[in-house]
Amino acid sequence: MSAQQLDARRLLCPMPVIRAQDKVKQLKSGDTLEIICTDPGALNDIPAWCRINGHKVLLTEQIGGEVRIVIEVQ
Amino acid sequence: MKNPPKAVALISGGLDSMLAAKVVMDQGVHVEGINFFTGFCVEGHTHAIRKHESAKPKRNNALWVAEQLGIKLHIVDVIEPYKQVLLNPTHGYGSNMNPCLDCKSFMVGKALEWTQANGFDFILTGEVIGQRPMSQRADTMPVIQRESGAGDRLLRPLCGKYLPPTLPEREGWIDRDKLLDFTGRSRKPQIALAAKYGFKDYATPAGGCCFLTDETYSRKLVDLWQARGSREYELDDIMLLKVGRHIRPRPHFKLIVGREEGENNFLEGYRKQFVHLQHVSHMGPLVLIDGDPDANDLQLAAEIAARFGQGRDAPLVELEAIDKNGDKHLLRVKPMGAEQIMQEWYV
Repeated sequence: MSAQQLDARRLLCPMPVIRAQDKVKQLKSGDTLEIICTDPGALNDIPAWCRINGHKVLLTEQIGGEVRIVIEVQ
Repeated sequence: MKNPPKAVALISGGLDSMLAAKVVMDQGVHVEGINFFTGFCVEGHTHAIRKHESAKPKRNNALWVAEQLGIKLHIVDVIEPYKQVLLNPTHGYGSNMNPCLDCKSFMVGKALEWTQANGFDFILTGEVIGQRPMSQRADTMPVIQRESGAGDRLLRPLCGKYLPPTLPEREGWIDRDKLLDFTGRSRKPQIALAAKYGFKDYATPAGGCCFLTDETYSRKLVDLWQARGSREYELDDIMLLKVGRHIRPRPHFKLIVGREEGENNFLEGYRKQFVHLQHVSHMGPLVLIDGDPDANDLQLAAEIAARFGQGRDAPLVELEAIDKNGDKHLLRVKPMGAEQIMQEWYV
Protein backbone atom coordinates (compact mmCIF):
# COMPACT_ATOMS: atom_id res chain seq x y z
CA MET A 1 0.00 0.00 0.00
CA SER A 2 1.28 3.43 -0.84
CA ALA A 3 0.54 6.98 0.26
CA GLN A 4 0.45 9.42 -2.64
CA GLN A 5 0.03 13.18 -2.83
CA LEU A 6 -1.65 15.40 -5.38
CA ASP A 7 -1.04 19.13 -5.58
CA ALA A 8 -4.23 20.67 -6.96
CA ARG A 9 -3.59 24.20 -5.71
CA ARG A 10 -4.99 27.03 -7.83
CA LEU A 11 -7.14 24.67 -9.83
CA LEU A 12 -10.82 25.44 -9.85
CA CYS A 13 -13.36 22.66 -9.63
CA PRO A 14 -13.85 20.36 -11.37
CA MET A 15 -10.13 20.19 -12.17
CA PRO A 16 -9.12 18.93 -8.69
CA VAL A 17 -11.74 16.18 -9.06
CA ILE A 18 -10.46 15.29 -12.53
CA ARG A 19 -6.85 15.17 -11.32
CA ALA A 20 -7.88 13.05 -8.32
CA GLN A 21 -9.93 10.75 -10.54
CA ASP A 22 -7.00 10.27 -12.93
CA LYS A 23 -4.55 9.67 -10.08
CA VAL A 24 -6.83 7.13 -8.40
CA LYS A 25 -6.88 5.12 -11.64
CA GLN A 26 -3.17 4.47 -11.10
CA LEU A 27 -3.60 3.36 -7.47
CA LYS A 28 -4.56 0.08 -5.85
CA SER A 29 -7.14 -0.75 -3.21
CA GLY A 30 -5.90 0.38 0.19
CA ASP A 31 -3.64 3.11 -1.21
CA THR A 32 -4.21 6.60 0.13
CA LEU A 33 -4.18 9.87 -1.75
CA GLU A 34 -3.72 13.25 -0.08
CA ILE A 35 -5.06 16.10 -2.19
CA ILE A 36 -4.18 19.73 -1.47
CA CYS A 37 -6.46 22.32 -3.09
CA THR A 38 -7.18 26.00 -2.85
CA ASP A 39 -10.73 25.88 -4.25
CA PRO A 40 -13.01 25.35 -1.25
CA GLY A 41 -15.50 23.72 -3.62
CA ALA A 42 -13.26 20.65 -3.47
CA LEU A 43 -14.46 20.10 0.10
CA ASN A 44 -17.82 19.19 -1.37
CA ASP A 45 -16.86 17.76 -4.74
CA ILE A 46 -14.10 15.32 -3.89
CA PRO A 47 -16.14 13.62 -1.13
CA ALA A 48 -19.13 13.53 -3.53
CA TRP A 49 -16.95 11.91 -6.17
CA CYS A 50 -15.71 9.41 -3.56
CA ARG A 51 -19.26 8.52 -2.49
CA ILE A 52 -20.28 7.94 -6.11
CA ASN A 53 -17.26 5.78 -6.84
CA GLY A 54 -17.09 3.95 -3.52
CA HIS A 55 -13.84 5.40 -2.14
CA LYS A 56 -13.41 6.29 1.50
CA VAL A 57 -12.77 9.83 2.72
CA LEU A 58 -10.37 9.66 5.68
CA LEU A 59 -9.96 13.38 6.33
CA THR A 60 -11.13 16.77 5.17
CA GLU A 61 -9.79 19.98 6.64
CA GLN A 62 -9.42 23.61 5.71
CA ILE A 63 -6.40 25.50 6.99
CA GLY A 64 -6.11 29.10 5.92
CA GLY A 65 -6.63 29.22 2.19
CA GLU A 66 -5.93 25.55 1.63
CA VAL A 67 -8.07 22.44 1.70
CA ARG A 68 -6.59 19.03 2.54
CA ILE A 69 -8.47 15.86 1.72
CA VAL A 70 -7.19 12.34 2.29
CA ILE A 71 -8.95 9.45 0.61
CA GLU A 72 -8.47 5.71 0.66
CA VAL A 73 -8.91 3.90 -2.62
CA GLN A 74 -11.34 0.98 -2.37
CA MET B 1 -28.69 -14.14 -16.13
CA LYS B 2 -27.71 -12.01 -19.09
CA ASN B 3 -25.87 -8.81 -18.25
CA PRO B 4 -27.99 -5.69 -18.77
CA PRO B 5 -27.14 -3.40 -21.68
CA LYS B 6 -24.89 -0.51 -20.75
CA ALA B 7 -25.38 3.13 -21.62
CA VAL B 8 -23.36 6.22 -20.92
CA ALA B 9 -25.38 9.38 -20.24
CA LEU B 10 -24.07 12.84 -21.03
CA ILE B 11 -24.65 14.53 -17.68
CA SER B 12 -24.49 18.32 -17.75
CA GLY B 13 -25.80 18.81 -14.23
CA GLY B 14 -29.14 20.14 -15.44
CA LEU B 15 -32.55 18.56 -15.21
CA ASP B 16 -32.95 17.18 -18.74
CA SER B 17 -29.97 14.85 -18.72
CA MET B 18 -30.91 13.74 -15.21
CA LEU B 19 -34.40 12.78 -16.39
CA ALA B 20 -33.13 11.12 -19.56
CA ALA B 21 -30.78 8.93 -17.54
CA LYS B 22 -33.55 8.01 -15.13
CA VAL B 23 -35.95 7.07 -17.94
CA VAL B 24 -33.37 4.66 -19.32
CA MET B 25 -32.35 3.30 -15.91
CA ASP B 26 -36.00 2.47 -15.30
CA GLN B 27 -35.83 0.14 -18.30
CA GLY B 28 -33.19 -1.98 -16.61
CA VAL B 29 -30.20 -0.50 -18.44
CA HIS B 30 -26.92 -0.05 -16.56
CA VAL B 31 -26.20 3.67 -16.85
CA GLU B 32 -23.06 5.60 -16.00
CA GLY B 33 -22.60 9.31 -16.47
CA ILE B 34 -19.98 11.26 -18.38
CA ASN B 35 -19.32 14.96 -18.06
CA PHE B 36 -16.94 16.96 -20.21
CA PHE B 37 -14.98 19.92 -18.88
CA THR B 38 -14.16 22.38 -21.66
CA GLY B 39 -12.96 25.21 -19.42
CA PHE B 40 -16.03 27.24 -20.34
CA CYS B 41 -18.44 25.29 -18.18
CA VAL B 42 -20.51 27.36 -15.80
CA GLU B 43 -19.72 25.98 -12.40
CA GLY B 44 -21.09 27.11 -9.08
CA HIS B 45 -17.55 27.31 -7.82
CA THR B 46 -16.49 29.84 -10.37
CA HIS B 47 -19.28 32.07 -9.21
CA ALA B 48 -18.42 31.26 -5.63
CA ILE B 49 -15.05 32.95 -6.13
CA ARG B 50 -17.08 36.03 -5.48
CA LYS B 51 -17.57 36.23 -1.77
CA HIS B 52 -21.06 37.69 -1.78
CA GLU B 53 -22.32 34.60 -3.53
CA SER B 54 -20.54 32.18 -1.25
CA ALA B 55 -23.70 31.49 0.76
CA LYS B 56 -25.01 29.53 -2.22
CA PRO B 57 -24.37 25.81 -2.06
CA LYS B 58 -20.94 24.96 -3.44
CA ARG B 59 -21.49 21.88 -5.49
CA ASN B 60 -20.73 20.45 -8.85
CA ASN B 61 -24.15 19.82 -10.31
CA ALA B 62 -23.04 16.90 -12.48
CA LEU B 63 -21.70 15.11 -9.40
CA TRP B 64 -24.86 15.99 -7.52
CA VAL B 65 -27.03 14.55 -10.31
CA ALA B 66 -24.98 11.35 -10.41
CA GLU B 67 -25.33 10.97 -6.69
CA GLN B 68 -29.10 11.47 -6.85
CA LEU B 69 -29.32 8.84 -9.58
CA GLY B 70 -26.92 6.49 -7.82
CA ILE B 71 -24.64 6.19 -10.84
CA LYS B 72 -20.94 6.62 -11.44
CA LEU B 73 -19.78 9.81 -13.11
CA HIS B 74 -16.69 10.14 -15.24
CA ILE B 75 -15.48 13.72 -15.61
CA VAL B 76 -13.30 14.16 -18.65
CA ASP B 77 -10.89 17.02 -19.28
CA VAL B 78 -11.38 18.07 -22.93
CA ILE B 79 -9.80 21.52 -22.66
CA GLU B 80 -7.19 20.89 -25.36
CA PRO B 81 -9.29 19.11 -28.02
CA TYR B 82 -12.14 21.56 -27.43
CA LYS B 83 -10.01 24.42 -28.73
CA GLN B 84 -10.53 23.24 -32.30
CA VAL B 85 -14.29 23.18 -31.73
CA LEU B 86 -14.30 26.76 -30.52
CA LEU B 87 -11.80 28.12 -33.02
CA ASN B 88 -13.08 26.40 -36.17
CA PRO B 89 -16.72 25.44 -35.80
CA THR B 90 -18.07 23.90 -39.00
CA HIS B 91 -21.53 25.23 -38.26
CA GLY B 92 -20.49 28.62 -36.92
CA TYR B 93 -21.48 30.34 -33.73
CA GLY B 94 -24.79 31.03 -32.04
CA SER B 95 -25.75 34.47 -30.80
CA ASN B 96 -22.41 34.81 -29.01
CA MET B 97 -19.22 32.72 -29.22
CA ASN B 98 -21.14 29.49 -28.60
CA PRO B 99 -20.49 26.80 -31.21
CA CYS B 100 -23.40 24.73 -29.88
CA LEU B 101 -23.93 22.33 -32.77
CA ASP B 102 -20.25 21.49 -33.18
CA CYS B 103 -19.94 21.27 -29.40
CA LYS B 104 -22.72 18.70 -29.11
CA SER B 105 -21.31 16.62 -31.96
CA PHE B 106 -17.88 16.80 -30.32
CA MET B 107 -19.20 15.65 -26.95
CA VAL B 108 -21.26 12.82 -28.37
CA GLY B 109 -18.21 11.79 -30.40
CA LYS B 110 -16.07 11.77 -27.25
CA ALA B 111 -18.75 9.77 -25.46
CA LEU B 112 -18.72 7.30 -28.35
CA GLU B 113 -14.97 6.85 -27.97
CA TRP B 114 -15.55 6.25 -24.26
CA THR B 115 -18.22 3.60 -24.89
CA GLN B 116 -15.88 1.80 -27.28
CA ALA B 117 -13.03 1.86 -24.77
CA ASN B 118 -15.22 0.71 -21.89
CA GLY B 119 -17.53 -1.83 -23.49
CA PHE B 120 -20.74 0.19 -23.36
CA ASP B 121 -23.56 -0.25 -25.87
CA PHE B 122 -25.04 3.18 -26.46
CA ILE B 123 -25.13 6.87 -25.54
CA LEU B 124 -28.03 8.88 -24.20
CA THR B 125 -28.55 12.62 -23.91
CA GLY B 126 -31.21 14.90 -22.47
CA GLU B 127 -31.79 16.67 -25.78
CA VAL B 128 -35.32 17.81 -26.59
CA ILE B 129 -36.46 18.78 -30.09
CA GLY B 130 -36.93 22.53 -30.36
CA GLN B 131 -35.41 23.36 -27.00
CA ARG B 132 -32.28 25.10 -28.23
CA PRO B 133 -32.12 27.29 -31.32
CA MET B 134 -28.94 25.75 -32.71
CA SER B 135 -28.22 22.25 -31.46
CA GLN B 136 -31.64 20.93 -30.49
CA ARG B 137 -33.73 21.26 -33.63
CA ALA B 138 -35.38 18.53 -35.67
CA ASP B 139 -33.04 19.25 -38.57
CA THR B 140 -29.83 19.41 -36.54
CA MET B 141 -30.33 16.29 -34.44
CA PRO B 142 -29.40 13.97 -37.35
CA VAL B 143 -26.35 16.17 -37.95
CA ILE B 144 -25.11 15.38 -34.44
CA GLN B 145 -25.70 11.67 -35.02
CA ARG B 146 -23.78 11.78 -38.27
CA GLU B 147 -20.90 14.08 -37.36
CA SER B 148 -20.25 12.46 -33.98
CA GLY B 149 -20.12 9.05 -35.58
CA ALA B 150 -22.60 7.73 -33.02
CA GLY B 151 -25.37 7.18 -35.60
CA ASP B 152 -28.17 5.07 -34.16
CA ARG B 153 -26.26 4.39 -30.97
CA LEU B 154 -27.43 7.81 -29.80
CA LEU B 155 -30.72 7.76 -27.89
CA ARG B 156 -32.68 10.87 -26.85
CA PRO B 157 -35.17 9.43 -24.38
CA LEU B 158 -37.03 12.70 -23.69
CA CYS B 159 -38.14 13.10 -27.32
CA GLY B 160 -37.48 9.60 -28.65
CA LYS B 161 -41.07 9.07 -29.77
CA TYR B 162 -40.58 11.69 -32.47
CA LEU B 163 -37.29 10.30 -33.73
CA PRO B 164 -36.49 7.26 -35.88
CA PRO B 165 -35.92 4.04 -33.91
CA THR B 166 -32.37 3.66 -32.63
CA LEU B 167 -30.21 0.60 -32.11
CA PRO B 168 -31.20 0.16 -28.42
CA GLU B 169 -34.86 0.06 -29.48
CA ARG B 170 -34.29 -2.39 -32.33
CA GLU B 171 -32.21 -4.63 -30.09
CA GLY B 172 -35.02 -4.67 -27.52
CA TRP B 173 -32.88 -3.00 -24.84
CA ILE B 174 -35.29 -0.07 -24.78
CA ASP B 175 -39.07 -0.17 -25.08
CA ARG B 176 -39.94 2.63 -27.49
CA ASP B 177 -43.38 2.98 -25.93
CA LYS B 178 -41.74 4.13 -22.72
CA LEU B 179 -39.79 6.90 -24.41
CA LEU B 180 -41.17 10.42 -24.11
CA ASP B 181 -42.53 13.01 -26.49
CA PHE B 182 -41.24 16.30 -25.12
CA THR B 183 -40.78 19.17 -27.59
CA GLY B 184 -40.15 22.89 -27.48
CA ARG B 185 -38.91 25.28 -24.87
CA SER B 186 -41.58 24.72 -22.24
CA ARG B 187 -40.16 23.25 -19.06
CA LYS B 188 -43.49 22.04 -17.75
CA PRO B 189 -43.16 18.38 -18.86
CA GLN B 190 -39.69 18.16 -17.35
CA ILE B 191 -40.83 19.73 -14.10
CA ALA B 192 -43.79 17.35 -13.92
CA LEU B 193 -41.56 14.34 -14.57
CA ALA B 194 -39.07 15.55 -11.96
CA ALA B 195 -41.92 15.76 -9.45
CA LYS B 196 -42.99 12.24 -10.36
CA TYR B 197 -39.49 10.96 -9.68
CA GLY B 198 -39.22 13.02 -6.49
CA PHE B 199 -36.29 15.11 -7.78
CA LYS B 200 -35.94 18.39 -5.93
CA ASP B 201 -33.31 21.08 -5.77
CA TYR B 202 -32.10 20.43 -9.30
CA ALA B 203 -30.11 23.09 -11.11
CA THR B 204 -31.92 25.48 -13.43
CA PRO B 205 -29.18 27.52 -15.08
CA ALA B 206 -30.82 30.51 -16.75
CA GLY B 207 -28.08 31.00 -19.34
CA GLY B 208 -27.31 27.41 -20.15
CA CYS B 209 -24.25 25.56 -18.91
CA CYS B 210 -21.58 27.33 -20.93
CA PHE B 211 -19.96 30.74 -20.55
CA LEU B 212 -19.71 31.01 -24.33
CA THR B 213 -23.45 31.70 -24.46
CA ASP B 214 -22.89 34.76 -22.28
CA GLU B 215 -22.57 38.05 -24.14
CA THR B 216 -20.20 39.71 -21.68
CA TYR B 217 -17.95 36.70 -21.46
CA SER B 218 -17.84 36.32 -25.25
CA ARG B 219 -16.91 40.00 -25.59
CA LYS B 220 -14.00 39.53 -23.20
CA LEU B 221 -12.83 36.49 -25.12
CA VAL B 222 -12.89 38.31 -28.46
CA ASP B 223 -11.11 41.29 -26.86
CA LEU B 224 -8.38 38.95 -25.60
CA TRP B 225 -7.87 37.47 -29.04
CA GLN B 226 -7.82 40.86 -30.73
CA ALA B 227 -5.33 42.30 -28.25
CA ARG B 228 -2.96 39.38 -28.66
CA GLY B 229 -3.38 39.10 -32.40
CA SER B 230 -3.94 35.40 -31.93
CA ARG B 231 -6.81 33.16 -30.98
CA GLU B 232 -4.62 30.79 -29.00
CA TYR B 233 -5.63 30.44 -25.37
CA GLU B 234 -4.75 28.53 -22.24
CA LEU B 235 -6.99 27.50 -19.37
CA ASP B 236 -5.73 30.35 -17.18
CA ASP B 237 -6.73 32.86 -19.87
CA ILE B 238 -10.31 31.70 -20.03
CA MET B 239 -10.64 31.29 -16.27
CA LEU B 240 -9.46 34.87 -15.71
CA LEU B 241 -12.19 36.13 -18.04
CA LYS B 242 -14.69 34.92 -15.44
CA VAL B 243 -13.18 37.04 -12.68
CA GLY B 244 -12.91 40.76 -11.92
CA ARG B 245 -13.43 43.97 -13.85
CA HIS B 246 -11.53 44.01 -17.11
CA ILE B 247 -10.45 47.50 -18.16
CA ARG B 248 -8.47 48.10 -21.33
CA PRO B 249 -7.28 51.74 -21.46
CA ARG B 250 -4.78 51.01 -24.25
CA PRO B 251 -4.85 48.31 -26.94
CA HIS B 252 -1.72 46.56 -25.63
CA PHE B 253 -2.67 46.08 -22.00
CA LYS B 254 -5.63 45.65 -19.71
CA LEU B 255 -6.23 45.69 -15.99
CA ILE B 256 -7.99 42.88 -14.15
CA VAL B 257 -9.35 44.38 -10.95
CA GLY B 258 -10.61 42.14 -8.18
CA ARG B 259 -14.09 43.17 -7.11
CA GLU B 260 -13.99 41.66 -3.65
CA GLU B 261 -12.09 39.43 -1.29
CA GLY B 262 -12.97 36.16 -3.01
CA GLU B 263 -11.79 37.43 -6.38
CA ASN B 264 -8.67 39.00 -4.86
CA ASN B 265 -7.80 35.66 -3.29
CA PHE B 266 -8.22 33.99 -6.66
CA LEU B 267 -6.12 36.62 -8.44
CA GLU B 268 -3.39 36.25 -5.79
CA GLY B 269 -2.55 32.92 -7.39
CA TYR B 270 -1.53 34.73 -10.59
CA ARG B 271 0.96 37.17 -9.05
CA LYS B 272 3.99 35.44 -10.54
CA GLN B 273 2.52 35.32 -14.03
CA PHE B 274 1.51 38.98 -14.33
CA VAL B 275 2.87 42.41 -13.66
CA HIS B 276 0.56 43.57 -10.89
CA LEU B 277 -0.31 46.55 -8.75
CA GLN B 278 -0.69 46.44 -5.01
CA HIS B 279 -2.05 49.24 -2.86
CA VAL B 280 0.39 50.56 -0.24
CA SER B 281 -0.98 53.72 1.35
CA HIS B 282 -4.62 52.64 1.35
CA MET B 283 -6.59 49.44 1.19
CA GLY B 284 -7.41 48.38 -2.34
CA PRO B 285 -7.83 45.45 -4.69
CA LEU B 286 -5.08 43.47 -6.32
CA VAL B 287 -4.80 44.47 -9.97
CA LEU B 288 -3.22 42.21 -12.59
CA ILE B 289 -1.96 43.78 -15.79
CA ASP B 290 -2.29 41.60 -18.86
CA GLY B 291 0.02 42.80 -21.60
CA ASP B 292 3.38 44.46 -21.75
CA PRO B 293 3.09 47.86 -20.06
CA ASP B 294 5.88 50.45 -20.12
CA ALA B 295 6.50 53.04 -17.39
CA ASN B 296 3.83 55.42 -18.71
CA ASP B 297 1.33 52.58 -18.97
CA LEU B 298 2.02 51.59 -15.37
CA GLN B 299 1.41 55.14 -14.26
CA LEU B 300 -1.93 55.16 -16.07
CA ALA B 301 -2.80 51.73 -14.71
CA ALA B 302 -2.01 52.87 -11.18
CA GLU B 303 -4.25 55.94 -11.56
CA ILE B 304 -7.09 53.66 -12.63
CA ALA B 305 -6.35 51.07 -9.95
CA ALA B 306 -6.36 53.78 -7.27
CA ARG B 307 -9.92 54.60 -8.26
CA PHE B 308 -11.00 51.20 -6.97
CA GLY B 309 -9.28 51.47 -3.58
CA GLN B 310 -10.22 53.24 -0.39
CA GLY B 311 -7.99 56.15 -1.34
CA ARG B 312 -10.13 57.05 -4.33
CA ASP B 313 -10.86 60.49 -2.85
CA ALA B 314 -7.37 61.07 -1.49
CA PRO B 315 -5.07 63.57 -3.23
CA LEU B 316 -2.33 60.97 -3.60
CA VAL B 317 -2.24 57.19 -3.40
CA GLU B 318 0.80 54.93 -3.27
CA LEU B 319 0.88 51.63 -5.08
CA GLU B 320 3.63 49.19 -5.85
CA ALA B 321 4.10 47.87 -9.35
CA ILE B 322 5.59 44.39 -9.10
CA ASP B 323 7.02 42.70 -12.15
CA LYS B 324 7.12 38.98 -12.89
CA ASN B 325 10.49 38.68 -11.15
CA GLY B 326 9.10 40.21 -7.99
CA ASP B 327 10.96 43.51 -8.42
CA LYS B 328 8.98 46.38 -6.92
CA HIS B 329 8.61 49.96 -8.02
CA LEU B 330 6.72 52.54 -5.95
CA LEU B 331 4.19 54.73 -7.75
CA ARG B 332 2.49 57.83 -6.35
CA VAL B 333 -0.61 58.77 -8.27
CA LYS B 334 -3.69 60.92 -8.16
CA PRO B 335 -6.65 58.53 -8.39
CA MET B 336 -8.54 58.86 -11.63
CA GLY B 337 -12.04 60.27 -11.31
CA ALA B 338 -14.93 57.97 -12.16
CA GLU B 339 -15.79 60.16 -15.15
CA GLN B 340 -12.23 59.91 -16.48
CA ILE B 341 -12.42 56.14 -16.81
CA MET B 342 -13.93 55.87 -20.26
CA GLN B 343 -16.90 53.58 -20.57
CA GLU B 344 -15.40 51.96 -23.64
CA TRP B 345 -12.37 50.88 -21.59
CA TYR B 346 -14.59 48.41 -19.75
CA VAL B 347 -14.42 45.14 -21.65
